[in-house]
Amino acid sequence: MGNPDLAAVWLTLKLATVVTALLLIVGTPIAWWLARTRSALKGVVGAVVALPLVLPPTVLGFYLLITMGPHGPVGRLTEALGLGLLPFTFPGLVIASVFYSLPFVVQPIQNAFEAIGERPLEAAATLRAGPWDAFWSVAVPMAKPGFLSGAILGFAHTVGEFGIVLMIGGNIPDKTRVVSVQIYDHVEALEYAEAHWLAGGMVAFSFLVLLALYTFNPARRQRNVR
Amino acid sequence: MKRLAALTLALLAAVAARADDVQVAVAANFTGPMQVIAALFERDTGHKARLSFGATGKFYAQIANGAPFEVLLAADDETPARLVTEGHGVAGTPFTYAIGKLVLWSAKPDLVDAQGDILKKGGFRHLALANPKTAPYGAAAMQAMGRLGVAETLKPLFVQGENIAQTQQFVSTGAAELGFVAYSQVIRNGAIGNGSGWLVPENLYDPIRQDAVILARGKDKPAAAALLAFLKGDKAKEVIRSFGYGLR
Repeated sequence: MGNPDLAAVWLTLKLATVVTALLLIVGTPIAWWLARTRSALKGVVGAVVALPLVLPPTVLGFYLLITMGPHGPVGRLTEALGLGLLPFTFPGLVIASVFYSLPFVVQPIQNAFEAIGERPLEAAATLRAGPWDAFWSVAVPMAKPGFLSGAILGFAHTVGEFGIVLMIGGNIPDKTRVVSVQIYDHVEALEYAEAHWLAGGMVAFSFLVLLALYTFNPARRQRNVR
Repeated sequence: MKRLAALTLALLAAVAARADDVQVAVAANFTGPMQVIAALFERDTGHKARLSFGATGKFYAQIANGAPFEVLLAADDETPARLVTEGHGVAGTPFTYAIGKLVLWSAKPDLVDAQGDILKKGGFRHLALANPKTAPYGAAAMQAMGRLGVAETLKPLFVQGENIAQTQQFVSTGAAELGFVAYSQVIRNGAIGNGSGWLVPENLYDPIRQDAVILARGKDKPAAAALLAFLKGDKAKEVIRSFGYGLR
C-alpha cells in the first residue's frame, strides 16, 4: 500500500470516529423521544430517521449537493455565517454521513430504551430521582448494549459509505478521498493489485466488526441489524 | 379485428427490432450527440442502439470481465487498442469517430474571460476537473494547466469528478465555480450556451482522439457493423460536428 492509500485509510477512520461521536450525541435524544413519546409525530420522525435505509445514496448526494451549494438554503446559511460552502470539505462529508448513518445509531438505542419499559424509571422516581438523574443512572446503563450496537454499526456504515462521498466529495486527498473512493479509482485505473489490498482489507474489517457485534452482543442482533 | 391485426403487427415489429438491438457503451462526454445519432440510426436502419453512458476506464474493466456490450465509443484511443490486443475487441475495427475539445467553463455569466486569464488571476475556491488518472478530459486539463504553468498553484483547489458528466454537474450546480469540461457538454447552436467559458487552445493539450471499436460480443453482428458504418457517414458527422467535436 502506498502513501495515498494510507492517507485514505486514516481519513476514513477519522471521518467514522467524528461521525460516530456526533451520532451518539444527536441520536440519543431522538431515540429517547421516539421510545417514550405518545405524540402523533412519532411515526413521521421515525420515518424520516429511517429514510437513508431505503433511499439510494445518489438521491441523498444529489440533494445534499444542491442544498449545500451556493444556491441552496444550507449553502446560503453557511456563506452568511462566513463558513464558506460545505461540498468538497471534510465538515461537509461529516454532515452528510451523520444523515446517512443516523438510522443505524438511532434504531438500536431506541429499541434498547423501549425494552427497559416503565417500571425501572417509576422505581427511580419513587426513590426521588429526577428525570435527568433517572435517565443517566437508570436508562443509559440499562441500554448499554443498544449504545454499543449503535456505535459499532454507525462507525462501520460510515466506513462503507461511497455514493454520497462520490457525489459531494470531489476526491480531494486528505479531505474527502476515503477508502471506498480510492478503491474505485484504483479499479478504474486498472491498478488491480492496489485495489485488492484495500478491498480485501475492507472485507476483513467489516467481517471482524460484525463478528464482534454478534459474538459479544448476541441478544440484540436480531432486531438491530437490518 | 383491425385492432387485433394492428396489435399483432406492433408485437411482431417489437420482436423484429429486439433481434437487431445493439448494446453500446458510450463515453460520458458523448452522451448528447449519441442520443441524437441513435435516433437517426434507428430511423434509417431499423436497428436499435441501447446506450449505456459512463467512464471509459470503468467500461474497460466491465468489458474485460464479460459485460454484454457489443460496441464501445471510448473517450480515448488507448482503451479500444488495448481491448483489441487483449482479444476483447475485434481487430481492424477501431477508428476515430470524434476529436474532443476541452473548455474551461463556469455557470456564472461573467466569471471566465475569453483568454482564460482567470486561471492565473485566481479568485475562486474550487476548480473542477475529471479524474486525470482515469478520464482523458482530466488528463488534457492537467496538460493544459501544466503548459500554462499554473498546475502547481491551482492543485489545492482541485475537485475531481468521477467522469466528465459528474465534473459538469459540480460546475453547473455552482458547487465548484468553474471547471474543465468537454465542449460538447456546454455547446448550444455552435457556441457556449449558458454561463461563461474559454475554449482551450488546441496547442495546450494533445488531441483527445475518441475511438470506437466493435467488441468480441458484437463480432459478426450486423447491427454492430451497421452502427460503426453509420458513425462514419455524413449524417452522424454532421451531428458530431454540431456538438463541437473535431473530425479526422
